[in-house]
Amino acid sequence: MKKVSIIGAGPAGIEAASVLAKHGISVMLFEKSSSPLNNIMDKAYLFPNFQSAMEIADDLSGRLLNDKITLVPDTEIVDVKWQGTDWKLFDAKGQTYVSDVVLIATGYQVFDAKRKEELGYGIYKGVITSLEMEKMIKYNQILNVSGDIPKRIAFLQCVGSRDEKSGNHYCSKVCCVTAVKQAIEIKKMIPTVDISIFYMDLRMWGQGFEEMYRKAQEEYGINFVRGRISEAAATFDSRVQLKSEDTLMGVPLKMTADLLVLMVGMEPSAGTRNIASRCEICGDYGFVKTISPHLYDSETGKPGLFAAGTCKRPNCIEDTVNDARSAAYAIMEYLNTL
Amino acid sequence: MPDFGFSIKTARTENLDKVSLEKYRELLRKVPSFKRCFQCGCCSATCSAQQYTNFNIRKVHTSFRRGEYNLLSEELKKCMLCGKCTLLCPRGVNLRSLIMNMRQLLEEPVK
Repeated sequence: MKKVSIIGAGPAGIEAASVLAKHGISVMLFEKSSSPLNNIMDKAYLFPNFQSAMEIADDLSGRLLNDKITLVPDTEIVDVKWQGTDWKLFDAKGQTYVSDVVLIATGYQVFDAKRKEELGYGIYKGVITSLEMEKMIKYNQILNVSGDIPKRIAFLQCVGSRDEKSGNHYCSKVCCVTAVKQAIEIKKMIPTVDISIFYMDLRMWGQGFEEMYRKAQEEYGINFVRGRISEAAATFDSRVQLKSEDTLMGVPLKMTADLLVLMVGMEPSAGTRNIASRCEICGDYGFVKTISPHLYDSETGKPGLFAAGTCKRPNCIEDTVNDARSAAYAIMEYLNTL
Repeated sequence: MPDFGFSIKTARTENLDKVSLEKYRELLRKVPSFKRCFQCGCCSATCSAQQYTNFNIRKVHTSFRRGEYNLLSEELKKCMLCGKCTLLCPRGVNLRSLIMNMRQLLEEPVK
């Protein structure tokens, strides 16, 4: 009986497991934490249709209810080794597993905003990350540092993305639209709040994104300022003072906001970095490298070793799930050759 | 010439058919990191000279990029070379070196 091991029970791991199981293939799905889908659980609603993240998580979790899928929680795979005919997986507790195929679906983690010291994250309480804002939206608790309803919120794009100083040259792809989405959600909850989004380029690449941007301007009155916030500091009343240039006007800009939301980018997770370097398939910035992004994007070039989702590059859920399906089919084709 | 705040209006069009980009190309050879600028405005926002004068370093280096060198040497005198822009630039442009090289190139006659 051929066996497939999948590392990481996020959207990619679960979707691939589900497709494989439907085709009668046994799957071991390893998850380092006690439950699957941790990154989605942090989200409130998803762009571009404002569907509840819980709904998507429930749907995905439902796909795990298949006899062919064994979910192995609390198990962090720390190494995988090719043994000539199959793969041996090692977990953090010293246990080993043998498998014909390994699918890496170890995903991403968000950029640590403390690394951009000039923006004051971890120093001033009014400076938060997009992840923290997402939780505020999810639990309907959008409050400033003093516990009041905020009057003004500023968003800053590209924190830890397109940034020479943090070593991440790439664009994180989802932050532009996420800021617009969060701004709209906040406006729906607090219609009186004034929102400004500081951007360098707005990349509305997906279907429905541009319309969201248009709606943000037309229906929700969200301000878009072209310029990067260079520094943030606290005021005596625990608000945040921002400095930027309004590059379209060519003049310096000052603004005081209750909250500054840093749109943190996606980086490879610690697990992704580790497995990629151990299997010698480390691409740029620690992401997993595949043979080619066009036609062989699930294959790593090693026999029976595949990759799916955000362990390869920043991505949205829609593309991650599609990518996982492609990986599942690539795995089935490989299994047929054995 | 002193600037009295009024003048005979010259054409306001940036005529890219007529400008000479020789100095700009030389600047790129000397400060290759300048190629990476994506006009975010961090340099001009954090600038110390900007607080006391109407100096805008982003506009100055963008004018240079477009081959518009008029009045730039006067503008560049306002920079105190404190280097805050260099520290903050997310694209890692060596702005201090850029400013020194712009000053030097502007002294040389146009080829």
